[in-house]
Amino acid sequence: MKKKFKISLNYIFLIILGIVMIYPLIFLFFACFKTNEEIFGSIALLPRTFSFNAFVNGWKGNGQFSFTNFYVNTIQLVVPTVAFTILSSIVVAYGFARFEFPFKKILFSIMISTLMLPNAIIIIPRYIMFKNFNWINTYYPFIVPALFACYPFFIFMMVQFFRGLPRELDESAYLDGCNSFTVLIRILLPLCKPAIFAAGIFQFIWTWNDFFNTLVYINSVSKFPLSLALKMSLDNQSQISWNQIMAMALASIAPLILLFFLAQKYFVEGIATTGLKG
Amino acid sequence: MKQITNNMEIINKFSNSLTRKKLKEYVGLLYILPWIIGFSVFQLYPFIASFIYSFTDFTMLNIPKFVGIKNYVDIFTKDFDFIQSMKATLIYVVLAVPLKLVFALFIAVVLNSKLKFINIFRTIYYIPSILGSSVAVALIWRLMFMKKGVINEFLSYLHLPQPDWLGSPSGAMVTISLLTVWQFGSSMVIFLAGLKQIPNELYEAGRVDGASKPRMFLNITIPLITPMVLFNLVMQMINSFQDFTSAFIITNGGPMKATYLYGMKLYMDGFYYFKMGYACSLSWVLFVVILIVTLVIFRSANNWVFYEDGGKN
Repeated sequence: MKKKFKISLNYIFLIILGIVMIYPLIFLFFACFKTNEEIFGSIALLPRTFSFNAFVNGWKGNGQFSFTNFYVNTIQLVVPTVAFTILSSIVVAYGFARFEFPFKKILFSIMISTLMLPNAIIIIPRYIMFKNFNWINTYYPFIVPALFACYPFFIFMMVQFFRGLPRELDESAYLDGCNSFTVLIRILLPLCKPAIFAAGIFQFIWTWNDFFNTLVYINSVSKFPLSLALKMSLDNQSQISWNQIMAMALASIAPLILLFFLAQKYFVEGIATTGLKG
Repeated sequence: MKQITNNMEIINKFSNSLTRKKLKEYVGLLYILPWIIGFSVFQLYPFIASFIYSFTDFTMLNIPKFVGIKNYVDIFTKDFDFIQSMKATLIYVVLAVPLKLVFALFIAVVLNSKLKFINIFRTIYYIPSILGSSVAVALIWRLMFMKKGVINEFLSYLHLPQPDWLGSPSGAMVTISLLTVWQFGSSMVIFLAGLKQIPNELYEAGRVDGASKPRMFLNITIPLITPMVLFNLVMQMINSFQDFTSAFIITNGGPMKATYLYGMKLYMDGFYYFKMGYACSLSWVLFVVILIVTLVIFRSANNWVFYEDGGKN
């Protein structure tokens, strides 16, 4: 009896915590349908009338550029970055996991230690360098580092995954006449799918949400991704229409929420295989 | 004759494996070549350049001139914002990171106690970690914690005092710290994975020896989870020292620069006032602070982190 009581107490605690955790998102959802006055001065969650005006008006953006533009921009920024991150991380991780070469240990330690290198310290020279390349206001500052495996987190994640695959696989493939590249493509890659998904999802979310780097590298509205567009809609209005801002905030994170629910088993797998942060 | 062909074969095999080995050495390097290039150009070079710029008066518009350690002297003697923002950042890190980790560990332990529907709870608690760093969530936070926002309406409904969250220095600090703590899910998942690896026999042995539950928690669970605590502590600390979005969007560094986090000061000096050389010095001061704190944590780890192999690693 006492045990049952304790267990139900646990459940009540977990449920209340769950509601608290998710409340900001529920609040966000209903705030989109409220009038601006309704958002303040009341704890009522549901709007008096459901109105889609906030979405319609918010979507117009600043008049010149709408959220359709910002959405397209975000996709143009995120998709190549994610694709190249996966590609380069797999190739580099394969090199670290399966081959012996001079200075391997040192190089690997350097790679791991860059995990802890603060972005703050390299951002200014990077900005100056990209400015000299004429890359400001383009998405190259995101895409090119991805192409050259500058996201050590994902290299490490793939290395861990490769180490879990038996080497006998490679060796028997070599005997069957594969070379090192075809071993990677034909034998290992199909087995890597879970890790690839996990890496892709994390990188997708991080790039999608990235605010600081976009703020630094992108400064013309025509190139704004969603994060900057949201900040802009906050700054541009003298009388802030919170319902419109909330509607666009929801529109900007809806794909992430959807992705999370569709692919949540990969999240947990990704964290479990690397033991790293998410 | 047979002997000779045999020998030839062996020699052939040997030289084959030799060239193969040689080749393989280069093959490995070839595969990591993209990283070597990327690391040199986009990480190592900026790292060194940042150090060199930190001794110049570079502003993007002028030709940089070496000014010695003037920037560093200015930081510590003339820049009152520096002291303020370092103070705010330290308060923020000390407030938010331990709270987040304690919370994450606590929930992980509750979730690990063989309840049903754990996956559902884990999923729900994890969502904030995915969205937390976005501008969208920062905007929700700003709206909810306004003077007449939903948080205060809720408090007034419960007849509790309604602080001016964004208008008072301490309230603003609590607001952005709460946003960090809200994202405890990622640390929780790591703790949960660690808890799952603790062998059940240990608890059984404890039970046989008549240990109480709190005692088993203190003497079995906590020691075995300390490596995860160390890892989470270091990573979260490094990240929190550089946090930017929440302060920039929710409080705009205010009020009275109470939440003028170091990341925000760096951004303002570097990309708003374009004092690039000066901002590089600021970033090196931050780097040294992070390095010292990390080293202190790792040093102290010898005393509180439990290694199964007896600490030889």
